[in-house]
Amino acid sequence: MASSTRVTFPNKFLPYLLLAPQLAITAIFFYWPASQAIYQSVLREDPFGLSTQFVGLDNFRRVLGDPNYLNSLQVTVIFSVATALIAMALALLLAVMADKVIRGKGIYRTLLIWPYAVAPAIAGMLWLFLFNPSMGTLAHLVRSAGYNWDPLLNGDQAMVLIVSAAAWKQISYNFLFFVAGLQSIPKSLIEAAAIDGAGETKRFWTIVFPLLAPTTFFLLVVNTVYAFFDTFGIIHAVTGGGPGKATETLVYKVYNDGFVNLILGDSAAQSVILMIIVIGLTAIQFRYVERKVHYG
Amino acid sequence: MIQNNPVGRLIAHVILIIGILIVAFPIYYTFVASTQTLQEILRPPLSLLPGGHFWENYSAALFGGVGRIGGVGVDRLLFNTLVMALGIAIGKICISILSAYAIVFFRFPGRMVFFWLIFITLMLPVEVRILPTYKIMVDLGLIDTYTGLILPLMASATATLLFRQFFMTIPGELVEAARVDGAGPWRFFKDILLPLSKTNIAALFVILFIYGWTQYLWPLLMTNRNDMSTIVIGLRKMISFADADTEWHLVMVTCILAILPPILVVVLMQRWFVRGLVETEK
Repeated sequence: MASSTRVTFPNKFLPYLLLAPQLAITAIFFYWPASQAIYQSVLREDPFGLSTQFVGLDNFRRVLGDPNYLNSLQVTVIFSVATALIAMALALLLAVMADKVIRGKGIYRTLLIWPYAVAPAIAGMLWLFLFNPSMGTLAHLVRSAGYNWDPLLNGDQAMVLIVSAAAWKQISYNFLFFVAGLQSIPKSLIEAAAIDGAGETKRFWTIVFPLLAPTTFFLLVVNTVYAFFDTFGIIHAVTGGGPGKATETLVYKVYNDGFVNLILGDSAAQSVILMIIVIGLTAIQFRYVERKVHYG
Repeated sequence: MIQNNPVGRLIAHVILIIGILIVAFPIYYTFVASTQTLQEILRPPLSLLPGGHFWENYSAALFGGVGRIGGVGVDRLLFNTLVMALGIAIGKICISILSAYAIVFFRFPGRMVFFWLIFITLMLPVEVRILPTYKIMVDLGLIDTYTGLILPLMASATATLLFRQFFMTIPGELVEAARVDGAGPWRFFKDILLPLSKTNIAALFVILFIYGWTQYLWPLLMTNRNDMSTIVIGLRKMISFADADTEWHLVMVTCILAILPPILVVVLMQRWFVRGLVETEK
């Protein structure tokens, strides 16, 4: 690292003073609660909060053996994969098209990026307004076409609704990154392939798509993290985890068990499992970042 | 020369326009609904042109107070959300520019330990530690306060990492020159570093403002009183499919008012927004 030879200021106390605000907040609101979560995850508290006892990994064993937990794990995986794939595929299509047009690029970009600013919970509500069976205009159309549409009662349809809302919100983010990725592909490569007689579709799959792989992989991780955590608002506002437990994701279950059902030990154990998942995803992301540096 | 295909370009335009319709339609539909009466909204299909009740609905929601959330007006919710978003954006920028400054421009025992302590918080989003954090907020008496809404979300590694990365690109000669001229650390920070960081600060501000504005889980836990709610949480409280008395026309208005400010920020500050987005993820 070049920073070892950096010119610096000689002060002894000033740097600690400068770091103090961030470290204080980090200690109080990050490290203390995180360690509490780990501590509580090995304790069992009776329902009245009168006594606690150490139970080792019992909470984890119970959580991981609980069919409800496994259900919500499955729900989370389906939801995340569907959201990431749809949001990325649509964004890639739009980015490739935006790369092609000559006039109106700026206008298209402006009109495509605003869902980024919409809160996930509100994105969910917008879709609910369109598709709820009592007053949604699109739901009305679907039903008058003879299809029995009711996301408030049918679990699969509820899933379709929240995936649509979650993917809709994420398109703009992915679009911007794909546009940047496409711009960094040398035009000469594509022209060379064109001279060799490769058609447009072939050029895309053999040159453009492989060269976009770093962007695609990066977005895959980001979209997974988004689908895991940031979509809590969509689920809380639109389905409340229902109908039944058809849309109860892991994060929603932590919230529900901790704040609604007040099962502290289980909720803490679930928090710790989530922490491990985040650490895994972050590690993957950073490995990728290292690779990108090598590409130059 | 290979892009000289007018048919292909026409198809591209058509696909882009369809994409924009998909992206914009839910927002447009809600805007149309926000200008209709309650009866019109409850009788689908809705007309696709705005109705004539724009002023009526908007002034009722903004200044009349909404029954389902205890008579609190949407103006109050907007104010709370603005305080929260600005507090998080400004607070985060301040504390992380200071800590990045300490880490890059000073040598002191424990420097790397502190750096890693901050860095690891990347891996601890609110969602994975909600209950214990909530308990701390109760113990500190911060429920239903702006401090409680802002402070815990202020610390995060992203902004610190961004500033650190940028500071490392500043040539050492600059520091040396400043020291030769007799400038202390504070002078250097104020007169050289801050002006150089202007674009980074603007980019980060846009991203953080939107981050603060769109928070959901945290304000949901931190606020019990309706008049301390943010607009997204207030909106959630206004909606009920079980009760017949949901005032849907006011819900639609609130929805539009909730998404308008961050959309304006994104569109008007587009240059910094795109930059900030790409930079913070590096």
